[in-house]
Amino acid sequence: MANGTTGNAWALRLFEWVDSRFPLSALWKEHLSEYYAPKNFNFWYYFGSLSLLVLVLQTITGIFLTMNYKPDATLAFASVEYIMREVPWGWLIRYLHSTGASAFFICVYLHMFRALLYGSYRKPRELLWLVGVLIFLSLMAEAFFGYLLPWGQMSYWGAQVIVNLFGAIPFVGEDLAIWIRGDYVVSDATLNRFFALHVAALPLVLVGLVVVHILALHDEHVGSNNPDGIEIKKNKDPVTGIPRDAIPFHPYYTVKDIFGAMVFLLVFSVIVFFAPELGGYFLEHNNFIPADPLKTPSHIAPVWYFTPYYSVLRATTDELKWVIGAAVAVFMLWAYLRYRRRTGGLVIFGFRLSLPTSIGMVLLVIGAVLFWLLVVLEAKVWGVLLMGASVVIFAFLPWLDRSPVKSIRYKGWMYKLALAVFAIAFIVLGYLGMQVPTPTATRIAQVSMIAYFAFFLLMPWYTSIDKTKPPPERLT
Amino acid sequence: MNVKRILAALAAAAFAAAVGPVRAAEGVKLDDIEVNLTDVASLQSGARTFVNYCLNCHSASLVRYSALRQLDLTDEQIKDNLMFTAEKIGMPMDIAMRPRDAKAWFATVPPDLSVIARARGADWLYTYLRTFYRDASTPTGWNNPVYTSPVMPHVLWKLQGEQVLKEVPATTRDGRPVVDEHGQPRKLAKLELAAPGRQSTAEYDKTAYDLVNFLVWMGEPNQLERKRLGIWVLFGLTVLVFLTYFLKLVYWKNVH
Repeated sequence: MANGTTGNAWALRLFEWVDSRFPLSALWKEHLSEYYAPKNFNFWYYFGSLSLLVLVLQTITGIFLTMNYKPDATLAFASVEYIMREVPWGWLIRYLHSTGASAFFICVYLHMFRALLYGSYRKPRELLWLVGVLIFLSLMAEAFFGYLLPWGQMSYWGAQVIVNLFGAIPFVGEDLAIWIRGDYVVSDATLNRFFALHVAALPLVLVGLVVVHILALHDEHVGSNNPDGIEIKKNKDPVTGIPRDAIPFHPYYTVKDIFGAMVFLLVFSVIVFFAPELGGYFLEHNNFIPADPLKTPSHIAPVWYFTPYYSVLRATTDELKWVIGAAVAVFMLWAYLRYRRRTGGLVIFGFRLSLPTSIGMVLLVIGAVLFWLLVVLEAKVWGVLLMGASVVIFAFLPWLDRSPVKSIRYKGWMYKLALAVFAIAFIVLGYLGMQVPTPTATRIAQVSMIAYFAFFLLMPWYTSIDKTKPPPERLT
Repeated sequence: MNVKRILAALAAAAFAAAVGPVRAAEGVKLDDIEVNLTDVASLQSGARTFVNYCLNCHSASLVRYSALRQLDLTDEQIKDNLMFTAEKIGMPMDIAMRPRDAKAWFATVPPDLSVIARARGADWLYTYLRTFYRDASTPTGWNNPVYTSPVMPHVLWKLQGEQVLKEVPATTRDGRPVVDEHGQPRKLAKLELAAPGRQSTAEYDKTAYDLVNFLVWMGEPNQLERKRLGIWVLFGLTVLVFLTYFLKLVYWKNVH
């Protein structure tokens, strides 16, 4: 590094000055040049670094938007159009940000799907996965708060609908909804606080969680998973201590991810420059009508990335309550029978709970309470609960998957089928969430929703009986 | 490998989703038009119709008169022919009517039209402008199939003339009458020109087209520039995709 011109010598001296006061080279080594990653990352492994790229893009474009945006109910809509028309390059910044929001979810959903393919959430990466679920939740909050800011009809009524959901919570709901809005309806007060949360609070949380996510990944006992789902750290070179199937992240994955970033930016630019509304999926048509608290649109739909969960909410009808009730009853009975068979204790999801003998009584009480809740709580409350559950349930994956292997490459047909059904159910729910509900559509959504939850709740069962292939010793 | 099959299923579902989210005006078939923002004459004609017929009740307050320079118009041309509601060319296209008065007179404030084309879409606007018909049962005496009982009367009626809604027997393509399940002839609602206006049907269709073209342009005056720049960006990124791909190949040469 030192040989060469005086310029380089100066740079070297500056570097050494900094490095003796800050762990610059140590950090570089730990996270890049001496972070050893499996050498067989495939297509699915681009979406982690791409998510990070979009986070940076959203932060930078967001800062410039903030310079010209007015968080005021009477000015907000016009200020966005001011950015689009009068601010130099404002239209580009705004389209990068609005397209970036959707791109963020595309990258994160594919990043999560990768984990489902290769079992990246399994031991020892449970905490990494949990932090990831927190990032996902924060991202949803960030997107939700941000969507109010253009102050169009969909911004306004979307926020109204979602905040009203909190009103469905028994006893405290109404007060909670007012506390969130700062008013009895979504208003200027709501816009101001959502702006604060969108530009300050949640970005801080997101960046913090992303740092924790990367630290958890780069921990010496963890490291990246791979498409074979085997632990490369079990086979280290005795001399160097480096896993035999690993390559340093820098330069191998840095150059590879730069290539991935260019392909991503190419596709991204096609949308930004030629179809920024993407036919109403990325920018909804109705959001070009300024918010009007007195005119409820006939059809309110959130942006595409929320629609799978919105579908779950809408599909929870009074009828479906009894399906849930029946499912709970069957599950209780199954758990009880399983307990009777193995006398060690109550077994739920493979966990052995040592409880007193009258376990049937306990189940009966729980069942009765659930039944009582089914009768008492209206469908809307169950809808809210199930919508929340459909997001949070991802957090339980590390403990639901009982398969002896991690990767789909060595799992049996049951998991492959389950994952395919889940992916289709997710997309069907997402599609239906954008459409006007009809009786048939609601029925399809209910079936999809059951498939969605079955993927998770039946996982301990089907992954433990599925026929797996033995994974290889080394990466393939 | 089953992953491929999963991907195929995902692609099929994505295709199903590509038919699009819902837009306003369900149930009425909209006329399909192709706007052309490079047709400056059409945009100028649309601008003229807009300031003469729309910009009295509707504002376009997010657009400055000076933006019309982009339609190959000089400041003098704009001031003399198009600027009736402002003194300076840098001022927005506002109107004199106050929202409170509008509310008292029409029971609603006529919407600002700056981005109406982005909310409604060109097809909807084009159909709406051409399908007003006489209906004695509404307060204005006009009705419209794409927006039932509009508060707005048919402002362009002197150009288009007066249409009426007639029920005609539906026929198949070769001219045979269509019957419903009870054997009764099926009726179809059809608009007919009862009294012609100053313009022929073809001329009026062009007026409506130019106006919609202008509204689409006004919804996002930068859109042509956006697409022009986009070509260069895509070109540059394509080069970078190839360069970085070969860079990756060089670095990965010895990884087996």
